[in-house]
Amino acid sequence: MALRTPLHSEHVRLRARLVPFGGWDMPLHYGSQIEEHDAVRQHAGMFDVSHMCPVDIEGPDAQAFLRRLLANDVAKLKTVGKALYSCMLNDSGGVVDDLIVYLRGPAGHYRLVVNAGTADKDLTWLESRRTGFDVEIRRRADLAMIAVQGPQARELTATCLPREMADSALELAPFHATECGGWFIARTGYTGEDGFEILLPADHVVDLWSVLLDAGVRPCGLGARDTLRLEAGMNLYGRDMGEDVGPLESGLEWTVAWEPAERDFIGRAALEELRASPERRDFVGLLLTGRGVLRAHQHVLLDGREVGEITSGGFAPTLQRSIALARVAPGLGEHCEVEIRGKPVAARIVKPPFVRHGRILVEL
Amino acid sequence: MSNLPADLKYTKTHEWVRDNGDGTVTVGITDHAQEALGDIVFVEVPENGRAVAAEEACAVVESVKAASDIYSPIAGEIVEGNAALADSPDAINTSPYADGWIFRLTPNDMGALAGLLDAAAYEQVVADES
Repeated sequence: MALRTPLHSEHVRLRARLVPFGGWDMPLHYGSQIEEHDAVRQHAGMFDVSHMCPVDIEGPDAQAFLRRLLANDVAKLKTVGKALYSCMLNDSGGVVDDLIVYLRGPAGHYRLVVNAGTADKDLTWLESRRTGFDVEIRRRADLAMIAVQGPQARELTATCLPREMADSALELAPFHATECGGWFIARTGYTGEDGFEILLPADHVVDLWSVLLDAGVRPCGLGARDTLRLEAGMNLYGRDMGEDVGPLESGLEWTVAWEPAERDFIGRAALEELRASPERRDFVGLLLTGRGVLRAHQHVLLDGREVGEITSGGFAPTLQRSIALARVAPGLGEHCEVEIRGKPVAARIVKPPFVRHGRILVEL
Repeated sequence: MSNLPADLKYTKTHEWVRDNGDGTVTVGITDHAQEALGDIVFVEVPENGRAVAAEEACAVVESVKAASDIYSPIAGEIVEGNAALADSPDAINTSPYADGWIFRLTPNDMGALAGLLDAAAYEQVVADES
């Protein structure tokens, strides 16, 4: 049987359409995916992301361990509460998972939040690589998680929090977190909008969800989460990157900390080899100018020749156009075509993100 | 429960068929189908004059989730695709049996309509799926 989050009965009560996702039974939408998408762009929406897995890493060697395990460098986290996005690579430079790591205490307390479908694999990987490091690795199955996103998200969430928590939450800079009484509030997210990701004891999550609902925050499902993150140009694990395709060909080179050169993170040698290769593919955005909908695995064409593949695509409600992320041969120009049901349809190559903070960033 | 007009015929693949009484039929997808697909964002309708076989894929409805083939319920010749769906594909969501129709065709044999499901039989198909 699929796993259920502590909010499962709330989803049923709100008549969500539930679907299997990463081993969990999760809401796809609560009626209209597009209305939920628009709510996040224009007002505030919330997602049950309790299926994602928090993992606490502590101990004298926690920093050294994560500097070895992650392609980004946790030594950049100098203030408590600061967050960092990183890939965790295998030896061949492929992605075991992508995650956010937060610094929780000056003495090497870290919290990772990893993907639902990869959580077991991640834990096994972390355990298998801990030899020689004095660290404790703890899966926090006792925590639930709600993401509140949108231009009104922070203000509305603040009205739902105890006073002292609200004040410190509102003071958070982007990509920072604060903790209070077992609650962990981070100004991070996966939609291209401002907002919070709130981790809290699982037995409090239904109360928080209800209060947010009463405050006018719209429940949103995985469907809207996917179109929002696609518009925001954010990668999806298993689609845009994975064990066989690493950060350099997934638009994630910015998350790889090459300096200091002596930091020998797992996958570094493979990445350096690919970095120097003229064969290295580009990761681009596509805007469909012809009619249709871009989908994962469609072929990108130039003069009838296949030059790449869409990794994720769909209809972008904010743009009222179809967009995609694609991996293509290096050095393409602005125009290409995509093969949709056997026919070439015109598209333009653009630089993601497509939308950020409610604004359209590509020329339509 | 979804809306199932009693005067229409249905297919196991969730199309509805209306006999227009003038030698043509109109085809669309059921209320149940549109609800299952979610927000519809693009529709590709068949070209006029195209000959189609029964159960042949001849139109495509794309929702935010995925593309779905629409099958011709019976053999015949396409006489019109619903051009209004180019600008308002969501008519299938809001009005599956009226504004959201997808194509009209002239059946080779009007008698083939008798072989399709009635509302009660289609309701059973839906019940068996869920």
